[in-house]
Amino acid sequence: MRGVQESQPGGGNEPCASGLVRPCDAYEVHSLRFRYQSTDSSSSPWILDDVSFQVSQGEVLGIVGPNGSGKTSLLKLLARLASPQQGGITLFGRDLTAMGQDEIARLVGVVPQDTPQLFPFTVAETVLMGRFPHRPRNRWGSGFGWESGEDMAITEDAMRTMDVAHLAQRAVTDLSGGERQRTMIARALAQTPNVLLLDEPTAFLDLQHQVEIGSVLCRLKDERGLTVVLISHDLNLVSQYCDRLLLLAEGQVVRLGTPDDVIEPLVLEQVYRCQVLIDRHPTSGVPRVTLPGRQSTGNK
Amino acid sequence: MKLPLATGSPRSCADRLSHKQGSAPPAHGNVVQGAILTRSRLILILGLLSLTAVIVSLVCLHFGAQPIAYGEMLRVLMGAITVDQAEADGGSADITRTILLQIRLPRVLLGFLVGCSLASVGVVLQALLRNPLADPYVLGVSSGAALGAAVGVLCGAGTTFLAEAALPACGFAGGIVALVIVYRMATNSERLPIHSLLLTGVILNAIFSALIMFITSILDPNRSYGMMAWLMGTLTSPTYSGLVGVLVYLSISLILLFRQVRALNILALGEDAARSLGVDTERAKRSIFILTALVTGAVVSVSGMIGFIGMVVPHAVRLAIGADHRLLLPASALVGGTFLMGADTIARTLIAPTEVPVGIITALAGGPFFVYLLLWRKDRLA
Repeated sequence: MRGVQESQPGGGNEPCASGLVRPCDAYEVHSLRFRYQSTDSSSSPWILDDVSFQVSQGEVLGIVGPNGSGKTSLLKLLARLASPQQGGITLFGRDLTAMGQDEIARLVGVVPQDTPQLFPFTVAETVLMGRFPHRPRNRWGSGFGWESGEDMAITEDAMRTMDVAHLAQRAVTDLSGGERQRTMIARALAQTPNVLLLDEPTAFLDLQHQVEIGSVLCRLKDERGLTVVLISHDLNLVSQYCDRLLLLAEGQVVRLGTPDDVIEPLVLEQVYRCQVLIDRHPTSGVPRVTLPGRQSTGNK
Repeated sequence: MKLPLATGSPRSCADRLSHKQGSAPPAHGNVVQGAILTRSRLILILGLLSLTAVIVSLVCLHFGAQPIAYGEMLRVLMGAITVDQAEADGGSADITRTILLQIRLPRVLLGFLVGCSLASVGVVLQALLRNPLADPYVLGVSSGAALGAAVGVLCGAGTTFLAEAALPACGFAGGIVALVIVYRMATNSERLPIHSLLLTGVILNAIFSALIMFITSILDPNRSYGMMAWLMGTLTSPTYSGLVGVLVYLSISLILLFRQVRALNILALGEDAARSLGVDTERAKRSIFILTALVTGAVVSVSGMIGFIGMVVPHAVRLAIGADHRLLLPASALVGGTFLMGADTIARTLIAPTEVPVGIITALAGGPFFVYLLLWRKDRLA
């Protein structure tokens, strides 16, 4: 299994070092402060308060933290779906606010939290929408434009990657949560992005598809140097698949580092306000989090 | 407790792959091709719907207080096209000719245009608001337009409602005012949240309706009867110059709306998703709202409040042919036009020579469908 992987470029111990020069980080986030606008702006609390971090190219960064810690807001800021009040974000060395939404869409694919779909687009039509930022310019405004053969091929490739090709003709309104989620990830992949932002990508998935999504993200990272930022509540999943974790609590960065640095009993107990057991995954050796259960064993 | 790790250096994902994905066959897009809207499907469906519209319009011309035989009807129509008008051969043929060309034909054409516009506006608003029940009535744009026209009547803009040039302008002004208020009230940040917009529309609707009722109640009984009929939605036979005016006005607005079809597809995914795909959602929303107000203002001023077409037609068409707006918008326009021609023919002939307001027919046809959606298709509603 490993032999196959190592023959691929970038498959060694240095995932990003396949002869590529790394001119800059994928994201550089600098003392970010953000809150939602309200009529009475003085009283609204900061959702994110002085958040700084970098995301290297070809890195998988997991954002974790309790409910309401600002994870989704942070992801929206990275996609420029919202704008920070203070601080700045650069994407591949360029100021995010200076870039057009279109330009960002060609670099960054976003998979928002799962929302039910209301209109019966087919799965193929939905994934094909990922080609929208790459549409040719013409006087027809946003365009009536028929998709090219290349668009079709990229779309089909994305659908196969996410295992939804067999659903091509189904309406997205009739999909299960997991199928819909995979369709939405396929749509983001059809954008052929350099960066993928995912909000709870495995929330509705069964075990098989959780593992598959983790593996696919890793494969895309190894093969295409894709940078991934994902939010998850599943600490074991991010421990398994992320290079680094960003632990947020009350809008501030509590820890930023490898899963080993972040998934520590004292840190998690302080942030989540409950006791957890932490041991090692039997095969991969990454930290593993277990809830203490009803009978209190000799945990610390 | 801790197991020692060899090194802190970043590990390759390859180490953690639980299973190797089988290498996928090269993609040709054939899977996609079979599951999306294609040019041939678009042309086929629009062709069939256009043919249906022509056939239904002939049937509508046939029916009336006095049915006209199809053969004679076609002869008169052909005669009108080939401009040999002088060969009118006798009194009865002349009357038929007048009824057909001066009364029925303009009315059928107006019905088609109004139906097209209402259905198109419905499609666009449903996508934009991600609400399959949205139409201009929900947003309060039609009642704003109606209020504008009613104020026009109150200020003495003529005793007949439709022949007056002032009324469409009043209706349009009312629609725009309603729209500006909706937009202002719903905009509490740099972006326009869609749920507050819907709620604002509901509240405005209540206020405008109350004001219209007030105006109706203080008008003298003759005019107030006419106003009630108009409010319920009534088509009349316009002059050809009036018809051309409406045609030009609506065509330009609808063509501008058609420019947004691809953006509409993506807006239907949700606002954040659309923005992350590079759609300038604020700009799209603004232009769509303004065009909607223009079309609605014009339609309301010529035909009053014809309800349910903007809601029912797009919904039914979407169930039948799918959600891609490149087909959905023109197909709904054709179906809406055909539907209103038919409904108006029923309104004209049901208890001829008395006319039933066509709004009653469309409400009776659309209301039960609305209830069906609410009761049995809740899962499909926002």
